[in-house]
Amino acid sequence: MSVLVYINSNSGLHKSALETVSYGKKLGGNLTVITSGSADDSSLATLGKYGANKVLVDRSIQGNDDQQLTQLIASAADSVGATTIIFSHDLTAKAVAPRLSVRLKAGLISGAIELPAADGTVKVNVFSGKAFGSVKVNSSVKIISLLPNSFQPEENGNNCAVESFSSNASSSLIKVLSTKKPEGEIPLPEAELVVSAGRGMKGPENWGMVEDLATALGAATACSRPVADIGWRPHHEHVGQTGVAIRPNLYIAIGISGAIQHLAGVNGSKVIVVINTDAEAPFFKAADYGILGDAFEVLPRLTEAVKKFKVSGQ
Amino acid sequence: MKILVCISKSPDTTSKIAFVDQNTKFDENGVQYIINPYDEWYALVRALEIKETLGGDVTVITVGPIADDAIIRKALAIGADDAVRIDADPTDAYYTAVQIAEYAKSNNFDLVLTGKETINYNGSQVAGMIAESLNMPFVSLASKLDVNGSTLTLEREIVGGLQVVEVSLPAVVSCAKGMAEQRIPNMRGIMAARTKPLQVVAPVSVELLTTYVNYTMPNAKSSCKMIDPMNMDELVALLHNEAKVI
Ligand SMILES: Cc1cc2nc3c(=O)[nH]c(=O)nc-3n(C[C@H](O)[C@H](O)[C@H](O)COP(=O)(O)OP(=O)(O)OC[C@H]3O[C@@H](n4cnc5c(N)ncnc54)[C@H](O)[C@@H]3O)c2cc1C
Ligand SMILES: Nc1ncnc2c1ncn2[C@@H]1O[C@H](COP(=O)(O)O)[C@@H](O)[C@H]1O
Repeated sequence: MSVLVYINSNSGLHKSALETVSYGKKLGGNLTVITSGSADDSSLATLGKYGANKVLVDRSIQGNDDQQLTQLIASAADSVGATTIIFSHDLTAKAVAPRLSVRLKAGLISGAIELPAADGTVKVNVFSGKAFGSVKVNSSVKIISLLPNSFQPEENGNNCAVESFSSNASSSLIKVLSTKKPEGEIPLPEAELVVSAGRGMKGPENWGMVEDLATALGAATACSRPVADIGWRPHHEHVGQTGVAIRPNLYIAIGISGAIQHLAGVNGSKVIVVINTDAEAPFFKAADYGILGDAFEVLPRLTEAVKKFKVSGQ
Repeated sequence: MKILVCISKSPDTTSKIAFVDQNTKFDENGVQYIINPYDEWYALVRALEIKETLGGDVTVITVGPIADDAIIRKALAIGADDAVRIDADPTDAYYTAVQIAEYAKSNNFDLVLTGKETINYNGSQVAGMIAESLNMPFVSLASKLDVNGSTLTLEREIVGGLQVVEVSLPAVVSCAKGMAEQRIPNMRGIMAARTKPLQVVAPVSVELLTTYVNYTMPNAKSSCKMIDPMNMDELVALLHNEAKVI
């Protein structure tokens, strides 16, 4: 058994990279990591602590073209004789894993949320998180892309070797004209804590108190669809069936009614807190903790309580 | 410009999700099917806008059984010129993608558009698989698409940001929010759709790389614990000690 994990290391090592390496380790066998991008050797070597036996890196590839990345991963898979290839189910994987599946004739399981069961099937979300499906791969090589925040990284080994690798990938057919990166923000799908607000906030000018709570917690911010549609918040914050699907440890929903399409994107969250003035809001049925009250009064109080907790450490 | 738009059906977003036959099959009883929103609102409408400014043809294609003719007629009513249905059950993304790629190969499309993902299986698989089968570049999750001669300029989402990219035709693009605005079919469109060509094509033989073995429903939440809105210290303590999330 040989496992190959692809990680995106363009902006350092994300938690999702540690999750996929730890997941790969649990499958047993020899574990190789393949990456392109700019992370330095010493940080790549730390992947050994999560179970990697070796890291292969091709720094000649920028990682913008899924055809190049497909070639890179296919040749790494060939050189280590990989029987399972693992991605984190992020935007890169959504472009590259399907191509690789066709190239290697290897069945692809997208959005895995657990380790394979004894019968080899892997559980994924279907119907936008309203149910789970168990999927079996019929080919000898499997590709699994792991939903972020579904598997806890485990650290216990030592640093591993980092070797350069070349796939001789052809030149990129996709020309990048510019890239906009929001500075210092936590990418929503990876965030462990998310503070989200809806139309109950009345207007964009009131988001300061939502952000204050998020900052106090160290959480990412999200919103309901109408809030993004009317331009109160940027589109990338829109969660739900037609937005981003997330499964943080904690989801705080403020002034969001809990429509079925909204719940579809967030009901994988481990703990849900709902703040709403309407006792009949459907969201309370999906919540672990509920606060029946006005967000404009509750939020500052909650932010203060969080700050006090952070200072005292308990 | 010849554009192929891939459409699939998905249950109406308010549908109750349940399974039958020992949880091996989706319960279609009482389920209303719609065109997958990304395919309809973004891919199809953007294709029509391009046709309206540059001329050309918009063909919609779906892999599915005869019941799917209903969503195809809707796509024709919105404005597609003609339609193709590959008469097969799309249970595996690879199988589905190869069917579409085989049709596209023999019909020389300049641009193949898909939705970002289907809202039932959420695989985000089919588009990249079509691109690889056709050996074309693929731009995933585009929120903007402009055509300049034989080049496309696109805005797409990448890990942690937005990227503006350029690619030459032919290409495959998966379409996300921002690309276009939903169009409601009018009476004339609905009438015209009845006589537009709908070609039914037999599938090619392809293996299934994956199989859904069975389905399960999430455990229902135990009841919600209500907290006094005046006592946020209590909530914080519960999140720390009981839920252990902060
Ligand atoms: C095909 C389709 C796809 C969709 N996809 C999505 C999706 O992906 N994501 C999504 O979010 N929606 C989606 N929707 C829309 C969804 O159906 C709801 O309309 C939407 O989620 C409602 O947003 P909201 O809860 O912010 O607003 P509302 O429904 O208006 O709810 C506002 C809530 O705020 C509460 N409130 C008001 N004032 C206060 C206050 N002072 N303090 C506290 N609470 C207050 C109210 O009691 C109410 O519950 C989709 C709809 C369709 C048809
Ligand atoms: N059965 C199908 N027929 C035609 N197009 C499909 C089919 N299934 C998926 N697609 C297209 O591929 C996109 C991605 O689907 P998926 O890989 O299932 O998330 C969809 O938005 C459609 O545009």
